Amino acid sequence: MDPLTATLSPTRDPKDLSMTDTLELDLAVSTLREVNARLHDPDLGVDDVVVTHPAGRHSVAVGLNRPMTVTVKGHVGYYAAGMNQSADVVVEGNAGVGVAENMMSGSVWVKGSASQSAGATAHGGLLVVEGDAAARCGISMKGVDIVVGGSIGHMSAFMAQAGRLVVRGDASDALGDSIYEARIYVRGAVASLGADCVAKEMRPEHHEELATLLKSAGYEDDDTHAYTRYGSARSLYHFHVDNTSAY
Amino acid sequence: MTQYRTQPRTSATFDPATIAEIQRAADTGIYDIRGWGAKRPLPHFDDLLFLGASMSRYPLEGYRERCGTDVVLGDRHATYPLHLETPVTIAGMSFGALSGRAKEALGRGASEVGTSTTTGDGGMTPEERSQSKHLVYQYLPSRYGMNPDHLRQADAIEVVLGQGAKPGGGGMLLGQKITERVAQMRTLPQGVDQRSASRHPDWTGPDDLTIKIGELREITDWEKPVYVKVGATRTYYDVKLAVHAGADVVVVDGMQGGTAATQEVFIEHVGIPTLAAIPQAVQALQELGVHRKVQLIVSGGIRTGADVAKAMALGADAVAIGTAALVALGDNDPRWQADYEALGTSAGAYDDFQEGKDPAGITTQDPELQQRLDPVEGGRRLANYLRVLTMEAQTIARACGKAHLQHLEPEDLVAITIEAAAMARVPLAGTSWIPGQAAGGSW
Repeated sequence: MDPLTATLSPTRDPKDLSMTDTLELDLAVSTLREVNARLHDPDLGVDDVVVTHPAGRHSVAVGLNRPMTVTVKGHVGYYAAGMNQSADVVVEGNAGVGVAENMMSGSVWVKGSASQSAGATAHGGLLVVEGDAAARCGISMKGVDIVVGGSIGHMSAFMAQAGRLVVRGDASDALGDSIYEARIYVRGAVASLGADCVAKEMRPEHHEELATLLKSAGYEDDDTHAYTRYGSARSLYHFHVDNTSAY
Repeated sequence: MTQYRTQPRTSATFDPATIAEIQRAADTGIYDIRGWGAKRPLPHFDDLLFLGASMSRYPLEGYRERCGTDVVLGDRHATYPLHLETPVTIAGMSFGALSGRAKEALGRGASEVGTSTTTGDGGMTPEERSQSKHLVYQYLPSRYGMNPDHLRQADAIEVVLGQGAKPGGGGMLLGQKITERVAQMRTLPQGVDQRSASRHPDWTGPDDLTIKIGELREITDWEKPVYVKVGATRTYYDVKLAVHAGADVVVVDGMQGGTAATQEVFIEHVGIPTLAAIPQAVQALQELGVHRKVQLIVSGGIRTGADVAKAMALGADAVAIGTAALVALGDNDPRWQADYEALGTSAGAYDDFQEGKDPAGITTQDPELQQRLDPVEGGRRLANYLRVLTMEAQTIARACGKAHLQHLEPEDLVAITIEAAAMARVPLAGTSWIPGQAAGGSW
């Protein structure tokens, strides 16, 4: 049975919706507040929502905290799907600054490219950017997995604490500066590494981990041997006067 | 015959403490890191006096006539603003810098008198949430322990741009305080020196902050007040930009405000005194037409009810205490003098909070030392102190003829030094002269 499409109507009682329905929320008709309030409503009545006409608005589908699917039909501004918990969000367009920032779980999938600070500080879940991601991708990441189909900008994975960042293209300057325990896999060229970030051996468990990540993002045909692993040299973990030039 | 000899004289420039610091730096090759705020003499609230009522003003009867102390914070946009019974709040201090028992004690003391307490770097602990009636959740550059569930559980959100002890600086929690629990909350390896970033990772500048605050409001369905906290520097501009960005409450922290660990050179040489910051903040709010609509919380060196009253007379809606709250809990208590001496210091001078060896068991993660602070007893001591601050401020307000602390005004104040008169923008006592302003004419 094809899912029904129900448009947002103030007169429609949520009880009339079935969990198999798809609810359409139109940002050309409704305000951002109305749309996000519906998405936060535990009694929404559906698990599948399409948001239309985002037109680059900021904070679309932020703070979701239950299993549901939200498809955004178009480009979004800052912080799309910010702090996501459990939901699966697809952006059928480009995303502005801080997409999926501080995500805890679930997934955010950007069909286009992403601006700065994609996946910033995120604790968990999966962020996929099919295009490029700009500067500071994965900054201060705390457990999220990020897969970028294209290249990433400078200062990516700055102070990255935990999680995995996979880049199918190139990485710009100062990759992984002051990185803690996050792991980075890059297939292309790395312009330069940041302080305390070094290339590391790809052991069997890393090939396995990378293959799993690539598969989760739909890139299972990639050869993991084409990738290099980067991580912390752990030489800056304890403040020492002889390291002052690195601080 | 009398032998006259030259008396050995120490230099005012190279005084004994300065010489000792040069020798220490040469010996260790590392700058001095410590806690607390600026310790140098600064123009402060002590340089202001109240003009009590007499013939030209009418006082209220002490102990009899009502002098209100309550304050509403964050009613500009939030569905649920905070309504506090006293304007003395507890400033942000982290679990990590402080023990869990100390955080619990702060929550107990604040709740007993109907005021708020604040989380810090590293997130929200169950101890402080369960014991705090009004809990402000700090949103910091590091985002350590940042959890949207905690955002929703909070009563207000404080976006931290900086603090008075180190405006423009991040933080460093040394490895000896990164226990298993602290490391887990901050997603870091146990025992590493943990740096806190100085800039937020996903926004720069006031226009971005506008969008960020919009996101926080959307996530919490516009229920919570959003504060913006700045360290006092270019306060006039920072407050205007914070209001522009949508803050419901602006928190201004002067250089006397404390820190858990920062370089001594930073604490003593970056930022401006609290006294100099308040009039700048009030001017900015007044020019935007939002004074008393966007509330102003002032912190940095608040010790007495007189300080509370003076900050409010200059235009603050509330104040926050950090160092004084720790002292109330038992920090620098003389009963631990022998332990302080073993650390090379003394009760009243201890500020090495970063070392995690606090004899009072407050700024430590050491399981044995922590036991020295009873959170129930500590909470009671803090509540006592908060009541004293409030009653002292009421005493002064009544003497000035004010039926509410918020009715205090700059006109109630004079300064006893030219510096304080210029900074606080009140007349030098006995004159109508406010340095930097046109002559005020006659009385």
